Order: sequence, then structure tokens, then C-alpha cells
Amino acid sequence: MVENIKKSSIIAVWFIFLSFPLVVLRVDYIDKTIDYRWHNILWIGIGAFFISWVWRYFLKRKNESDKSSEGKNQGTSASTSRFQVQKIFEHKFALLGILIAAAIVPQFMSTYQTSIFITAMMYVVLGLGLNIVVGMAGLLDLGYVAFYAVGAYTYGLLNLHFGLGFWISIPIAGVLAASFGVLLGIPVLRLRGDYLAIVTLGFGEIVRLVLENWDVVTRGPSGIPGIPKPAFFGVKLGFAGNMTYLFYIILALVVIAMVATRRLQSSRIGRSWVALREDEIACQAMGIDTTKAKLAAFGLGAFWAGIIGVFFAAKSSFVSPMSFTFFESAIILSIVVLGGMGSVLGVILAAGILILLPEYLRFMADYRLLIFGALMVVMMVFKPGGLITNIRQQYTLPKRNSKEELAELHSSET
Amino acid sequence: MLKLVNVQSFYGKIQALKGINLELHEGEIVTLIGGNGAGKTTTLMSISGLVKPKFGEIIYRGQQIQTLNPDEIVKQGLVQVPEGRRIFPDFTILENLEMGAYLRNDKAGIKADMDYVFGLFPILKERIQQSAGTLSGGEQQMLAISRALMARPKLLLLDEPSLGLAPLIIKDIFNIIKQINKEHNTTIFLVEQNANQALQIADRAYVLENGEITLHDKASVLLNDESVKKAYLGMS
Repeated sequence: MVENIKKSSIIAVWFIFLSFPLVVLRVDYIDKTIDYRWHNILWIGIGAFFISWVWRYFLKRKNESDKSSEGKNQGTSASTSRFQVQKIFEHKFALLGILIAAAIVPQFMSTYQTSIFITAMMYVVLGLGLNIVVGMAGLLDLGYVAFYAVGAYTYGLLNLHFGLGFWISIPIAGVLAASFGVLLGIPVLRLRGDYLAIVTLGFGEIVRLVLENWDVVTRGPSGIPGIPKPAFFGVKLGFAGNMTYLFYIILALVVIAMVATRRLQSSRIGRSWVALREDEIACQAMGIDTTKAKLAAFGLGAFWAGIIGVFFAAKSSFVSPMSFTFFESAIILSIVVLGGMGSVLGVILAAGILILLPEYLRFMADYRLLIFGALMVVMMVFKPGGLITNIRQQYTLPKRNSKEELAELHSSET
Repeated sequence: MLKLVNVQSFYGKIQALKGINLELHEGEIVTLIGGNGAGKTTTLMSISGLVKPKFGEIIYRGQQIQTLNPDEIVKQGLVQVPEGRRIFPDFTILENLEMGAYLRNDKAGIKADMDYVFGLFPILKERIQQSAGTLSGGEQQMLAISRALMARPKLLLLDEPSLGLAPLIIKDIFNIIKQINKEHNTTIFLVEQNANQALQIADRAYVLENGEITLHDKASVLLNDESVKKAYLGMS
């Protein structure tokens, strides 16, 4: 108890010291005087004291539960794996529920809200795409936004110069972004971890700078205005109608991306990605072509970014290099990490939280980014594995000890 | 079956192998012994393509393989059990074995081979759904060997399977290596520091020192060789 009071007091003093210039001092520029608002120190002190107390309590509880679950896991591997399969089914129901709800909501929402949800879903697909590269293959890519930009500019420029439409641009942009992904992949094949992160970060910036400075082709910082939205079978919809239409397009894209990544995960190449993340040398010893696997991860990840790029250009009807800064890459990466590396449902949840929360926190004005940051810290301390830890599809083995069950095992995999 | 002719490998400017010549015949167990830093692992990695030799030739069944990529070499039937086991810790045992059979498509054959390795190491079958990281060191080595067997190797390259294991378990594992050699006629190239155990199961042996082969003879002869006894068997 005394120990706790001591610790919390120290933290409170530290916070008072840190926030002193912000909350106590106020410079009046006109009178050239300084206001001292000493009463604020009291609030900061009391607040920090109690919050640190609560924080420690939760941390302790978390550590205890970690320990007890570790003890339980030993020796009951069969029962836990069955539990995991059950969980996958639960996820399926959850997904179906979300899908149905999502299909109905635009009928009741304002255009503004529809627009926010569209943005959130765009980030779901971007997160799923980056999830292939970072979550599954374990290649830390900080320049993912480059492929997003490639997609957006593909549509913008093709439309400007050749009048190509939305639907035809989608596959073109996807393929083009995927080729950029492979192109980036080739020089970084031998890099890993921090080095890979730095190079991909550089690549992202290069693409943005090229877009900004190659005025002749990209129109430079002024961007490309007037990009048309997709027409509904030739019918021009109004502003609200357009939003609803875009909503359903992105909803379909989310579903397709989800199914695709899910299938990829349990495929041969998906397995090799996860193996690659775990141990590259062992992969080579197993005869996996690591070059091909890495390039496939970069390419397929970039493919989704390209497609969403087209969608982004259509939605905002304007693209400029300003939309593709490192901040975007960071947000998408946060979605993947916060959601739980490699987890599909986790990405959806995290995209929802990271995109919707700042929007709905707008009423708190100046504090919303502070709260957002605090929330991220809390998340990473209490759930370092992400919101939903990824569960690879596994096959349960009933407790029989015969050869038939192995035979079943193999036939069930085909 | 496999022949190394004047193989020289480098790490940057440092020459690890100074011209290795050795030969393996079908169905043999050949061991390569030597101290720390002699170049044992480098020799093995040069064969499996993880290190590309700068000079020299590696000839497998009349074909030069020193320029091939690791995955192409595995396709030829040269499968390596890497040093330090290198199993996939987050994968279950079953998944590890499936990764071993990554290049194969014959469902029936894979199943038969899986039964075979479970026959060799029954403990793995008991723990089939357990994640491999939770296994003990000896069990992990068993899994690493089993995983390599799942690729149905013609030549099995083993890199220090005794590393960090208890003497009793080492004995078990070496017996099983011998068994694999007999039952499947799998040629085995065993790189070892534990010279005593390795020489006992091997047909022939090479002694490697500072990147060069200094001795080469039948294993039974080397086991009684005075200089080998002194340097590697701890006897004087």
C-alpha cells in the first residue's frame, strides 16, 4: 500500500513537471505578462496519481492471468486446438452479422456518416493487403502508401488522357501496383527487419516526390481534379446516391478481399509465407523458393493497395501527392499491428477503431488525438498480440490412437 | 553419388574452405569431423546451396549443382537438417512435417512417409498438435530429422545433430540415423563435432582442419588413429 502510494506520487510529480509549461504558464502577448494558473497543478497531480494506480492494478491482473493460462496450456494441447476451431466458427457468425448490418445501414445514415464508413472500409482493404506483407510474410513495409498512390494516379491519369472508366481502371491499377510491388521487392530481397523498413520507407517517399515534381505527367502538387465517380449502369446518381453506390462497391471489395486473404492464408503459398516469417534458412532447407515467395507477398499486397487507390480517386474525385504521405503508411501499419498480425477479423476491428474513433471524437476537438494516442498505448500494453490474435486453420485430432485417423487427416486436407 | 572437387567458399574476403575434395557413394554414411571453425557447416551449406562456392565443382549424379538455388537442390533430393534444428516454433508438429513435404504432391506417399517417421519417433505422434517450440531439445532434433525425411531425400545432410543434447539422446538419434540409412538406402552425410559417436556409425570419414581435408579413411581406421584420438576423441 505504502509502496503504491509512493510510486503513484512519484508519477504524479513527474507528470506535473512534464505538463507544467502547458497547463500552468499562459503568456499574455498583448500585456506582455505571464499568468500562473497554479490550481491546474492540483488537477494534473490528482489525475496522474489515480490513473497510475488503476494502470498498475490492470497490469498486475494481466500478468496474473497470463501466468495462469500458461500453466493451463501445458498438456492439454488437444483440447485447446479444438477450442480454436470453435472460435473460427464464432468468427464466421460474427462476420456474417457485421456484413448484414453493413448492408442495411447506409439506408439510415446521413451522407456524412456513409462517407466515414466508406473511408473505414477502404482502410480495411488496405489493412488486409498490408497484412499479407507484414502479418503473414513478416516483411516490415513502411512504404505501402506508394502502391496506393500508384493506383490512384493510374485511374486519375488514364481518365484524364484516355477517358478510361472506373471499372476498367481497377484491374489495370491492381496489376500496375502489383508490378511496382515486385519491382520494389527485387532490390530488398536480401534485407530484413529494420533495414527493410528503412528501404521501403524511402521507396514510399520517392514515389510521393516523383508525383510532386514530375509536373509534366502528374501535374505536380496541384493534383488531378474532376475524376468521375462510377456511374450506375449509365445512370447518373445524385451526390447522396453516389455515396450509397460507393458504399456498396467498397463493401463488395471488403468481402472479396476478406475471402481472398482467408483462402491465401491456408494455401500453399500462405503457409510458405508464415514459414518464411518464422525461419528463412529452414524454409530454404525445405525447398521453398524464398525469392518467389517474397515477391509474391509484395505483389499481392500491393495489388489491393492499387485497387483501393482507384476507389480513393473516384471517391474524392481529386488526387494530389498530399494524400500519400508517410502518415498514411503509418495508419495502415497501425491497423495491421493493432488488429493482430495476420488476423483478418482483427484488421476489420482495428480499421473501425482507428478510422471511426477520431471522426466520432471530433466533439472533443483538441483532445481527440491525445485520447487516440493514449488508447494506442493502452492497447499495446494490455494486448500486445493485437485485438484478435491470429489463429491459423488447424485440424483437430480426436484422442484415438490409430492409423485411420491419420488417413482421415490427409483426406480432409485435399 | 556426390563429389566435391576443389571447392572454395568465402565469407567476404575470409576464405572458409580452401579446396575441399570429397566423395560420397550411394548408400553410405560418411562423416565429416573437425573442431570449431574448421569449415564443417560451410562445406554442408556449400552443398545445399546456401553458400555459393567461389571456385570448384559440386557434382551430383554427373551434374554440376554448385550454381543452383537451394530450392532446386532440394528438388534433386539433397535435403539438409540445418544446424541448431531450425524447426518452425509456432507451427505444430504436423505442420512442420507438412512443410517438409512442401515440394511433394503425392498424398499417399506423404502419408506413408509420415507413418514411417512416427514409427521412428513415436513421441512426435503423441504430440502431433503441439506447437514445435514447446518440445525439448532432443524432440526438436527428432522433428528436424523427420521434417527432412518428409522431403524423401536421396542424400540426407545432417549438421551436428548432437548439438546440445544429452548423451543418451545422442545415442538414440545416431541409432535412428543408422536405421534410416539401412531401411531406405538413404545416403547420409553427417557433419559432427562429436567424433566418437559419428565414427561409430559411419562407413568412412573425413577430417577437416582450417578449411582443408587433412585425413580421410574408413571410420573404423580413424577411430583407432593416434592423431585423431588425441585431437578429437579426448584420449592420449
